[in-house]
Amino acid sequence: MKKIIIAIGAILLACLGLAFWAHQLEKPAAAGNGQNLIIYNWGDYLDPQLVKKFEKQTGYHVVYETFDSNEAMYTKIKQGGTAYDLTIPSEYMVTKMRKAHLLDQLDKKEIPNMKYIGKSFLHKSFDQNNDYSVPYFWGTLGIVYNDKFVKKGAIKNWNDLWSKKYRNQILLVDSARDAMGISLVSLGYSMNTTSSLRLRLAQTKLDSLGTNIKAIISDEMKMYMIQNEAAIGLTWSGEAHEMMENNPHLHYIVPEQGSNLWFDNFVIPKTAKNKKAALQFINFMLKPENAAQNAEYVGYATPNIKAQHLLPKRVREDKQFYPDEKTLRNLQVFKDLGPKKTQEYNDLFLEFKMYAR
Amino acid sequence: MKTKKAFFLVPYLAWIILFVILPILLILWYSFTDSSHSFTLSNYVTFFKNGTFLKMMINSFWYAFLITLITLLISYPAAYFLTKMKNQQLWLLLIILPTWINLLLKAYAFIGILGNNGLVNKFLHLFGIGPVNILFTDFAFIFVATYIEIPFMILPIFNAIKEISPAVIQASEDLGASKWQTFRYVLWPLSRPGVESGVQAIFIPSLSLFMLTRLIGGNKVITLGTAIEEYFMTTMNWNMGATIGVVLIVLMILVMLLTNKKTKRKKVNL
Repeated sequence: MKKIIIAIGAILLACLGLAFWAHQLEKPAAAGNGQNLIIYNWGDYLDPQLVKKFEKQTGYHVVYETFDSNEAMYTKIKQGGTAYDLTIPSEYMVTKMRKAHLLDQLDKKEIPNMKYIGKSFLHKSFDQNNDYSVPYFWGTLGIVYNDKFVKKGAIKNWNDLWSKKYRNQILLVDSARDAMGISLVSLGYSMNTTSSLRLRLAQTKLDSLGTNIKAIISDEMKMYMIQNEAAIGLTWSGEAHEMMENNPHLHYIVPEQGSNLWFDNFVIPKTAKNKKAALQFINFMLKPENAAQNAEYVGYATPNIKAQHLLPKRVREDKQFYPDEKTLRNLQVFKDLGPKKTQEYNDLFLEFKMYAR
Repeated sequence: MKTKKAFFLVPYLAWIILFVILPILLILWYSFTDSSHSFTLSNYVTFFKNGTFLKMMINSFWYAFLITLITLLISYPAAYFLTKMKNQQLWLLLIILPTWINLLLKAYAFIGILGNNGLVNKFLHLFGIGPVNILFTDFAFIFVATYIEIPFMILPIFNAIKEISPAVIQASEDLGASKWQTFRYVLWPLSRPGVESGVQAIFIPSLSLFMLTRLIGGNKVITLGTAIEEYFMTTMNWNMGATIGVVLIVLMILVMLLTNKKTKRKKVNL
């Protein structure tokens, strides 16, 4: 009996010790005492050396926390109790957060470096005047193919995917807006279509792609494409970039016909404790040399025109990730369609998953 | 004495209320309200009017049934022979061992085995059979699910068979029953409680296996679990998601009742 009590005591003590230690570790994140800048970002989406540089230049202590989906980030900030000074949602989430009054207006006077951002990346529908957000990285939705199975140049258009050649060869990204969007564009409709009839048509067309679809997955697609498991993957440019780094046989194209243009953006939540530092950080990151360094580290496309020029020629002129003007003009940004239409997209997509096999 | 008993009950009661009853009530509340928190039955109307949900429900049921059946067919003989083995503890350990490994790791291992460049296809290649598409098929899904559930079926059956006194079997043989008759009228009824708890332990979780439908089934196998995930995570329509959850809970209770009833009747017969 005595032994048991001692053991329980020891475990309790260890737990208390660990709890105290964890508390100590977390303290800077919770405090936000004016000298801290708390960044809430996607994992591995910022060059740590730039963080150090910023700390040295300004004396702020940067705390870096990560999330893995827009929804998780949204829920955490909405619940309150957090003091994130800066976070990086995708464009549709910017609209959603703004509608939920979670965002603070940006004091643009504090961000003079915003002038380096290309005109085609500003004043988008999700934030007309960029009052709340500054683009961080951007990318597209496109087709990754493996030249072991698909001839170079064989696929140029979305419609080429419907060819009988690719039976059971295509991996589709598990996202209703993107999958339906592909079908909508191939029919010549907008990716933000709200007409139920057109959506039905798009779903029917998607259904006929069913026999070509090998699987509908998200993160695991990287692994499969790298291992030559499938010939074609429909996914975002950022993912594609990571695949291509690991498998030289992979190539990425954005059909000229049109596709999705996505943005990840700096925003400052209302709950932020150190807005000044957040603005300083945004401005710091927009400095061309910093933006270029970050773009090289992360591998995504930067909207910072000055920074683009600083990138190595091989990167800058890579049409796969910096598409030409003509394609850029045909790219569409997702609009927040409201819960009802979002549900309709998802229901149709779910039906497609059920019946198309 | 009584107050002391009540005192010790408090933590358990608190646990059950906080983590079992309240969540279920919350799910029920969500399923009977709409996004503006007013009472409605429309979620249920949508569910039962919409062919997609019904088909999904049947799908879930069908896959769970297949998984349970195949697991049972493999596990019963295995458990039986296990009771006849010499080093039972060792064999049992070997059977339990895979359950110590994280489910996700096992799923990823199977991706490696079943893939186009996986072990199975390399083996088939030796005979000139060129890459067969195994991953992302119904077969792969049921195969992996069965593999994962087998230990949970073998253990209760093993325990049930072990409890049967060998004298009963010997008596049956002495009295001239054939092997089949011994199995049908002695072994099977006596080991049935084990089978029933095994079936419950497998059928119920199999109804909502959604990680495997994604990783191994490539989202081409769609069950109610997939839909629940979509409604809670993607579209954040918690009301509809909760409704599907309630249907799933009702299905599970039905399965429990069905399997338990038989146990009672059997006890009366004995």
